[in-house]
Amino acid sequence: MSFQIDFGNEKSPIVGIDLGTTNSLVAVMELTGPRILSGIVPSVVSVTEAGDVIAGVEAREMLLTHPDRTVYSVKRLMGRGVDDIQDELKLFPFHIVEGSESTIRLKLGEKMFTPPEVSAHILRKLKLDAEAELGVAITQAVITVPAYFNDAQRQATKDAGRIAGLEVLRLVNEPTAAALAYGLDKRKEGIVAVYDFGGGTFDISILRLHDGIFEVLATNGDTHLGGDDIDNLMLRIALEDVKDEWNEDVSMKADAVQLLRRAVISAKEQLSFVPSATIDLAYNGKTYQREITRELFDKLAAPVIDRTLGPCRDCIKDAGVSVAEINEVVMVGGSTRIPLVRGAVEALFRKRPHTELNPDEVVALGAAVQAGILSGDVEDKLLLDVTPLSLGIETMGGLVSKLIHRNSTIPASATEQFTTAVDGQRNVLIHVVQGERELVKDCRSLARFDLKDIAPMPAGFARIEVRFLIDANGILSVTARDQRSGKEQSVEIKPSYGLTDDQVEAMILESFDKAEEDFSERQLREARVEADSILAATDKAKQNDAYFELSEVDRASIERGINELLVVYHGNDHLLVRAKIDQLNEATQTLAENMMNTAVRGALKGTNVNG
Amino acid sequence: MQYYEAFGLEPALSLDADDLKKRFYERSRLWHPDKFSRASTEEQEKALEMTAVLNDAFRTLRDPVARAEYFLKEKGFELSKEAPPELLEEVFELNMALEELKEGDESARPQLIEARDRFVAMRDSIDGSLATTTDLEQVRSLLNRRRYVRNLIREVENVLPN
Repeated sequence: MSFQIDFGNEKSPIVGIDLGTTNSLVAVMELTGPRILSGIVPSVVSVTEAGDVIAGVEAREMLLTHPDRTVYSVKRLMGRGVDDIQDELKLFPFHIVEGSESTIRLKLGEKMFTPPEVSAHILRKLKLDAEAELGVAITQAVITVPAYFNDAQRQATKDAGRIAGLEVLRLVNEPTAAALAYGLDKRKEGIVAVYDFGGGTFDISILRLHDGIFEVLATNGDTHLGGDDIDNLMLRIALEDVKDEWNEDVSMKADAVQLLRRAVISAKEQLSFVPSATIDLAYNGKTYQREITRELFDKLAAPVIDRTLGPCRDCIKDAGVSVAEINEVVMVGGSTRIPLVRGAVEALFRKRPHTELNPDEVVALGAAVQAGILSGDVEDKLLLDVTPLSLGIETMGGLVSKLIHRNSTIPASATEQFTTAVDGQRNVLIHVVQGERELVKDCRSLARFDLKDIAPMPAGFARIEVRFLIDANGILSVTARDQRSGKEQSVEIKPSYGLTDDQVEAMILESFDKAEEDFSERQLREARVEADSILAATDKAKQNDAYFELSEVDRASIERGINELLVVYHGNDHLLVRAKIDQLNEATQTLAENMMNTAVRGALKGTNVNG
Repeated sequence: MQYYEAFGLEPALSLDADDLKKRFYERSRLWHPDKFSRASTEEQEKALEMTAVLNDAFRTLRDPVARAEYFLKEKGFELSKEAPPELLEEVFELNMALEELKEGDESARPQLIEARDRFVAMRDSIDGSLATTTDLEQVRSLLNRRRYVRNLIREVENVLPN
């Protein structure tokens, strides 16, 4: 017997992660409610000159010193192809490797990364932070994604989790997560709109709250619209300004642009609270200062903010509610601090939006609540989300035949019959797309599914039933059955964007290799966490009467155990720390037994044995 | 019929919307994959499957038109895509007006707006009849007509921005 029973191995918790464009956060569900762990992790990844990959605050510092080895806003690249991101490339210093096509590769220093791998480094940082704080290994997570993310973007996020060594139990839409956190202690019934305007994405969702069920009625948004866009407008003007003033174009100098971007963001943030702010730049011995008033800022930001209003109107319409029926509007995301945003939302929904929750934290808190639902700790809540985009297949003439309409509650499915067009045809290719338009070329290609090894027969005789299933993460899977033979029909999937399963597997292995290097450090950290618990427990036990009833010898060996553990605690040898933990455990055994006996006696005394 | 079975209901053309919603929430609480995240793979797959069917069924059965279409199809009735003969003349004129507007002839616009409003009224009146009709042959002809009218409305709305 030992104190370990009091601090025994708890079931490892499922964490909730907000993997944001600008910042990321991890939270966990506790008895008192969801709680943010450690601090904000900037969504920045950098490769040091020594070749180490770092993420978070340190990496953000590298943006200034080593912009060519550092990447931020990688969320904008998740699940996308090079053709998709030409506009982004003009504004973001992504170091795209030549020859990247359906899978983007970034070069940081000497290393190459796909966007899911970059995100995996951010996730791993969050995982390690959470482990350090909780003192247990974290292996399972709920990760949030913009509601308007398509299948490829969701799959890429899930891949990132796998690469980071996390089993992603669920992807939750960010506005829905916010509603969960919000509905937890506020409204219980009614219709709630969540306006989520972050660094790089915009979502609007309308939910019905009913007796613990959070039913999403409709969602809409833009996965490439956020506070970044306002920064870029300001940055462009400031760059012009600097050029005029200094007679020097610094727009190709990554470190200068980075400094100026930071100055612009700082001014933007101040302008939410004061009527005027200054953009300050000091670079290579030169300085630049420019005052910017809120009036000017509003003029710049207005077109960006206006772009959020169309999706809001469409969402209200799709939800089948009127503005008057919406009871509350919840604001999420850092960009909702901008007074002009608040004004626009208030004008559209004709009610004052809720801003009392911290817009940076509410999504991670909601993810932790969803983690609690999955673990069974939260029993009375249930989330019913929808798919943001219609799913269809290509038919004759490049037209789309829709199978599952947008805003369908997920999981959702559809079944379709396929046959052959030519005698003896062995394959049928199915092209699956996502989007609302009628032509394939205007929609997003998801994947091509090849139904293979069809038994040869005359044209039109084959009867293959294909089932399309969107799971609770919003991710598609396809199965097929030959109706004549009743046999499962093999389907080969060629994703249009993103990684194949084999590629993800390879990346996991690679990350394990790297993890080996961290292994001893990690073991040391875990040993210290354990040492902390036993030291704390021993300290507490020393207040107990049972301690004073111990023999002189027993007390002395406990003292020795404490001191020796403290001596090795800060060393580098985790085995030594473990050995001293065991030694202290042994020394406290009699004490633990006596305390337990006292507790049992006390409990028996208080029990009515007549019953 | 699988969709009715998912709700524990006997197949019927009309049903109680509030009761359907109540059953949907009850069954979601029991079957949703969230409730099985620590269960075996087989149980997880079963939960996913049952919830997907429940959601598909709810989407279909709560909408009177989708429900009627599903019911008829399961009863072996085919719906046709042919134009109902009584609408032919009207459709011909509509197509002319659509062409004119597409070619920039603004004088066709009022006629189209008027046609759209008439079709919307027609659709609403079909919906009214659907709610009270029980004869399956009659339901089928109403659905055929409705599907055709709905496509006409969509065509006009594609040309008339709001």
